[in-house]
Amino acid sequence: MSVDIAVMQVFSGISLFTILVLMALGLAIIFGLMGVINMAHGELMALGAYVTYLTAHVFEKFMPSFMGVYLFFAIAFSFIVTFAFGWILERGFIRFLYNRPLDTMLATWGLSLVLQQTYRSVFGAQEVSVPMASWLEGAWEPVAGIQLPLNRLFIVGLTAIVAVVLYLALFKTRWGLKTRAVTQNRTMSGAAGINTDRVDATTFAVGSGLAGIAGSVFTMVGSTNPLTGQLYIVDSFIVVVFGGVQTLLGTFLSALVISQAQTTLEFILSGSMAKVTILLLVVAVLYFRPNGLFSSKIRQ
Amino acid sequence: MKIDRRQFIKSAAAVTTVAALPGAPFIRSAAAADTIKVGILHSLSGTIAIAEAAIVDAEKMAIDEINAAGGVMGRKIEPILEDGASDWPTFAEKARKLIQKDKVAAVFGCYTSASRKAVLPVFEQNNGLLYYPTYYEGQEQSKNVIYTAQEATQSVIAAVEWLAKNKGKTFFLVGSDYIYPRTCNKIAKPTIARVGGKTLGEEYAPLGHTEFSSIINKIKAAKPDCIYSTVVGGSNVAFFKQLKAAGLSGDKQTLLSTVVSENEIDGIGKENAVGYYACMGYFQSQKNPANEKFVKAIKAKYGQDRVVGDPMECGYTGVYFWKLAVEKAKSFDVEKVVAASSNLPLSAPEGDIKLHASNHHTWKHARIGRARADGQFDIVYESGLIEPNPFPKL
Repeated sequence: MSVDIAVMQVFSGISLFTILVLMALGLAIIFGLMGVINMAHGELMALGAYVTYLTAHVFEKFMPSFMGVYLFFAIAFSFIVTFAFGWILERGFIRFLYNRPLDTMLATWGLSLVLQQTYRSVFGAQEVSVPMASWLEGAWEPVAGIQLPLNRLFIVGLTAIVAVVLYLALFKTRWGLKTRAVTQNRTMSGAAGINTDRVDATTFAVGSGLAGIAGSVFTMVGSTNPLTGQLYIVDSFIVVVFGGVQTLLGTFLSALVISQAQTTLEFILSGSMAKVTILLLVVAVLYFRPNGLFSSKIRQ
Repeated sequence: MKIDRRQFIKSAAAVTTVAALPGAPFIRSAAAADTIKVGILHSLSGTIAIAEAAIVDAEKMAIDEINAAGGVMGRKIEPILEDGASDWPTFAEKARKLIQKDKVAAVFGCYTSASRKAVLPVFEQNNGLLYYPTYYEGQEQSKNVIYTAQEATQSVIAAVEWLAKNKGKTFFLVGSDYIYPRTCNKIAKPTIARVGGKTLGEEYAPLGHTEFSSIINKIKAAKPDCIYSTVVGGSNVAFFKQLKAAGLSGDKQTLLSTVVSENEIDGIGKENAVGYYACMGYFQSQKNPANEKFVKAIKAKYGQDRVVGDPMECGYTGVYFWKLAVEKAKSFDVEKVVAASSNLPLSAPEGDIKLHASNHHTWKHARIGRARADGQFDIVYESGLIEPNPFPKL
């Protein structure tokens, strides 16, 4: 293996890491805070992808000269739409099912089926193709022989921004303080005067909005069809569960471990065997550490 | 309003008479032997629906054309449409219904191999007749099935030979991880060796995989002259997009796929597929009067922006193969129709083809096309008729 390939392989790992983080962050927040297992998370990503597709078409039709920057608008719209959808979902649906984890799981799974069929009816069952901004095409070649795809560099950058913003929001704002308080002890937070209902709704909406951003940028590397969400949801769950729910740091580290393991194994073995090995690894780790790699220690 | 008994009987009698009058000849015509039922069995809902719905359109159009020209042996064809719902047990159940209850003379249907395998025992036990319109991996032959599309050897061998002659002799094989790609590559590898080429790598990605960067790095490390791809579905979109982003676009790297037809290009994005090659039995861009008429008819019936891919054409020709066989046999009886199908020639949109003497598959041309910016293919190679060989010795 030459140095060029090694460098590109490491970059593949970093790229996959950011993709997994972007996928799992929204889920981790919702899962961690409310204990809601949102099976429709993948479909929220698909929603973001479809909003991106629509935005691209609107730009293509009405302001073709701005096609270069449509992606920024698409990401913003995807966030807004999925955020709003998440809010409505929490207020109108999820909140009636708190403390009933199995029912929530079934209900959100049903919701995911409904959403899939809606996408199929509206956009058709076939793939839709989302055009890529021309400045994101091709690769950056720092040295001859090493090509780093620009769209992946973009995703790496965007994920870094999202992570920093989320960190600041959670640890430097009042909303973050309340959210962390509710996560740690819902009853006490309520007693201390925090409106836990509102915190729930906002958090669910933020988690959904993150899914929207993820779906939006995945149009650059993946496919967009009614079942797109299903492709991502399993990986998202694996990352969250493996990392240990309730810790965002765990989500990051678990995404890092899984992505590096996956790209390396894919290179040494084959795609299918890499997947098998990763799943075995996850099973083994969860057997010995049922709460995931990095569970926070709480007195039960 | 008060209605007395006499009035009621009178009006009721009038209603019945009126209803019966136009109804009577209709009932007689349905009961009389001047229509013949056939089944169309595809997924109209569920994940595979879009691919199959297009085939249904083509099959229905063939039936309408035949009916407009007087039907089969003087009888109009009455299609009965059933939805397999992308679910294999449903396919089997609907096939049983079509054969046992509707007593159809033939069924045009199935798309995936899984659905065909599910209905196979139903057709064999009830002595039905299925026309199967999709290119597939071979390894099957049933007395109750006529296969009108390419089996794997008919496209893979021609594609590998053409690539080795025109593009270079080192190959990298990439596929989705299931039976069709694995069978294709099993055929491709000895063919590559036979033409003096070398297989530098063989990779499979799980179905639905969207992360191809490691596989692309392996391709870059191997530097093959040609990539032979059997990646399917949503994975294809991701694969092509990521190849392009990694600098292996169609103008720099030769890639040939045996699973990308005009219908798939739509979703992959025309700009991502430009310059790549596909090997099929049929391309919409073929220039001959029969094809121009066929494409025009599809567009007139279903909309100007419709594209026509190989499976649609094979579904369409399947209906005509059945019509010709029935007329040759002068019977709708399955055994006689199958016997009459041996060596049966047909002038199809894809050119003159014929059914095989004994193995129920079709002699077909292999064509290689290069994807253009408009999603159509420039045909760069066309073989003679290739004998179907569903059980190749590998």
